[in-house]
Amino acid sequence: MRMETDLNSHIISYINCKTKAAPLVVFRILFGLVMCFSIIRFWLNGWIEDLYLKPDFLFKYEGFEWVQILGNGTYLLFFICGLSAFFVAVGFKYRISIIVFFLSFLYIELLDKTNYLNHYYFISVVSFILIWLPAHCNSSLDSGRDLTVKATYISQWQVDILKLMLAIVYIYAGLAKLNVDWMIRAMPLSIWLPSKTHIPIIGSLLDQEWVHYASSWGGAIYDLSIVFFLLWKRTRVAAFIMVIIFHVLTAILFPIGMFPYIMILSTLIFFSGSLHANVLQFISNVLPDVLSYDDNDKAYPSKNNKLYFVILGVFMIFQMIFPLRFITHDGNVFWHERGYRYAWRVMLMEKTGYANFKIVDSVTQKRFYVQNDDFLTPRQEKDMATQPDFILQYGKYLGNHFISQGHKNVQVYVESYASLNGRKSQPFINHEADLMTIDYDTLCDYFITPLDE
Amino acid sequence: MRSIKTHLVIFSFCMLVIISCGGDDKSTDLNDSFDRSAMLQDWSDLMIIPAYESYLDKLTELRDRKNDFYNGGSIDDLVAMRSAYLSAYREWHKVSIFEIGKAEELALRNYSNIFPTNVEEIIANIDSPDYNLELPSNYDAQGFPAIDYLFYGLEIDDAALVTRLQQENYKTYVSDLVDRLYDLTSQVLLDWQNGYRESFIENDGSSATASVDKLVNDFLFYYEKFLRAGKIGIPAGIFSGSPIATSAEAPYSDIYSKAFFLLGFDAVDDFFNGVGHDGREGISLKQYLEHIAIDNQSQNLAPLINAQLQSARLQASDLNPSLQNQVIDDNNKMLLTYDELQKVVVLFKVDMLQALNIQVDFVDADGD
Repeated sequence: MRMETDLNSHIISYINCKTKAAPLVVFRILFGLVMCFSIIRFWLNGWIEDLYLKPDFLFKYEGFEWVQILGNGTYLLFFICGLSAFFVAVGFKYRISIIVFFLSFLYIELLDKTNYLNHYYFISVVSFILIWLPAHCNSSLDSGRDLTVKATYISQWQVDILKLMLAIVYIYAGLAKLNVDWMIRAMPLSIWLPSKTHIPIIGSLLDQEWVHYASSWGGAIYDLSIVFFLLWKRTRVAAFIMVIIFHVLTAILFPIGMFPYIMILSTLIFFSGSLHANVLQFISNVLPDVLSYDDNDKAYPSKNNKLYFVILGVFMIFQMIFPLRFITHDGNVFWHERGYRYAWRVMLMEKTGYANFKIVDSVTQKRFYVQNDDFLTPRQEKDMATQPDFILQYGKYLGNHFISQGHKNVQVYVESYASLNGRKSQPFINHEADLMTIDYDTLCDYFITPLDE
Repeated sequence: MRSIKTHLVIFSFCMLVIISCGGDDKSTDLNDSFDRSAMLQDWSDLMIIPAYESYLDKLTELRDRKNDFYNGGSIDDLVAMRSAYLSAYREWHKVSIFEIGKAEELALRNYSNIFPTNVEEIIANIDSPDYNLELPSNYDAQGFPAIDYLFYGLEIDDAALVTRLQQENYKTYVSDLVDRLYDLTSQVLLDWQNGYRESFIENDGSSATASVDKLVNDFLFYYEKFLRAGKIGIPAGIFSGSPIATSAEAPYSDIYSKAFFLLGFDAVDDFFNGVGHDGREGISLKQYLEHIAIDNQSQNLAPLINAQLQSARLQASDLNPSLQNQVIDDNNKMLLTYDELQKVVVLFKVDMLQALNIQVDFVDADGD
């Protein structure tokens, strides 16, 4: 009983504990700017057209089949997303802007799971968290125009929660590396690095075996430990330099777009409130007054503080448990990919596949094969061939397509092979399984041929 | 505790510094890494450019024989023109896998060898001379398949054919078809000779837009789509449920379709093994795979791929010179050949692409 009271009072005093708002404010500005830039980059690269408008068939997420492509309205959607990101950066109607950003970004991501990336998921999660935080309480149009919003102090947990989120990303990414392929076989780095030997200076090292091992182990140690060194004041600067070196290296070696830069900027949150305040003060000199940072010594009104703490507390507990759901499935998670996504498995495996679909009339036994490029883009075909849930979804789509074309007694079979982390290719999906009759959740063990290690 | 942490920091920091700066270490043997740029150079100089040169020679010959035919008009001229057509068509199969650069931009393959040809469209074009061969709707009314129809498919004897082809509207069309093949190909070769070769070799990186990745993708696209499906699978009915004998290549001259298939197959085999146009051996995907296998102490895929190519070749050797007749007489042999060709696809597209870390995607989008 006494323990409980102690715990309660600890939690309550933690919820009410105050800290400088500056780190959260800087985070908001950088997050908004980087997101706005990412949307513009995506647009200018022509990816809206290539990834969303060109494909005839989109791989929907289970439960989100209602998410529809908007045709040319997709451009409007991206425009709204980019504009709301900019509004977040300048703190204009912040709560509405961040909600609009979260929803529009999520909608884009839900359009086609071919385009799933861990860092897009990270952006969705962080923008959800930001909805509940007073990140506009300084250096923003909102606080410049309405002084009741302006504050120098916010609750400690409102900064800590972002650190916790980064800790989850890094530590789960590190734990995911602790497997035989990564640590003992130095896979997939042994495949990836030797193809990069043309890179100046470091190139000649990249097909040396010891480099593959050093990088694998170094990467795992980095992911598992970096958050602790960032938390600890004495190692913080060194750790941040490590963050920069590590992520810049990954940016040079791998086509991972904005992710390294997002992570580098995000880890700034670990630096002290006064450092952030100084930076804001400094840039206030070049910004219009309405955006300037004011140290008015006030704390942000704590209305709803407890409610938001509970909402985000539950959300963070979910974030800590959800990546572990793969434990409930037998077999190699890289192979069957059940519980693979939303678990911070970043740059972890090399998998290639090939899937050849056969349409059979169960009565006459007449059969023919499908040319996948009649239905999918090369990018979709590549992703489909390595992921069982994609294969099933596409197989069912093909079956229904041929039924609607007047074919009778349609069965769909797939002859598929996949290769994981340098293993010789081997049968992937059970070629005797009629995909039309397979329910993913109940028949997965029958559907997927186990990996022969 | 503190000292362990500090050591860890220093240790991991040093490790990354070593990785990032170690290139200055002169003791590192630079020859150790596989030279993609040298492979690209051999591909250009031993294979691609000589193949286009030789193909363009044959097209020049075809154009000359066509002009002779229209200046003279004897049956002998017709025979010479047909023979020039066949040797150009043969040589085409040596360049078709290299649909990159100018060839890709011009869609050379679509204008040269889309079959089955569209006889109605050809007749319509001959009847109304305001046709435009640059339109994609005319892909299947030009190139070798259309010439095949005009030289062999009119179902009249040679003397009557000479008379027919000498008619003004036939003359215009035949000349346009032959000249167009020549023009497109000379543009491609000129581009290789005037700068494209250098930029092709220079682009020796590893990404969806790098030369190695692009050409290997083009090569596999050719193998899967035009060799495996186009020449064998589609006539054998793999994608339709029932055989379509008339979809075989060059069905009017008829007896050359197996030879054309084997020439395309040779081109694939030679490209993989680095056999140049004049038989000289260069740096190849085979050597690249051997290099990677030694480096990673993993299984060398090259012998597996060559063994499977050999089984496919053996199975195909059983086919009738006319694939059209083979489909009609005993389609099962076509299906067996297809199965062997299919097994190579898995080795190429799954095992080889992974071992060489070649990107399949044509969109250079972000990954993670």
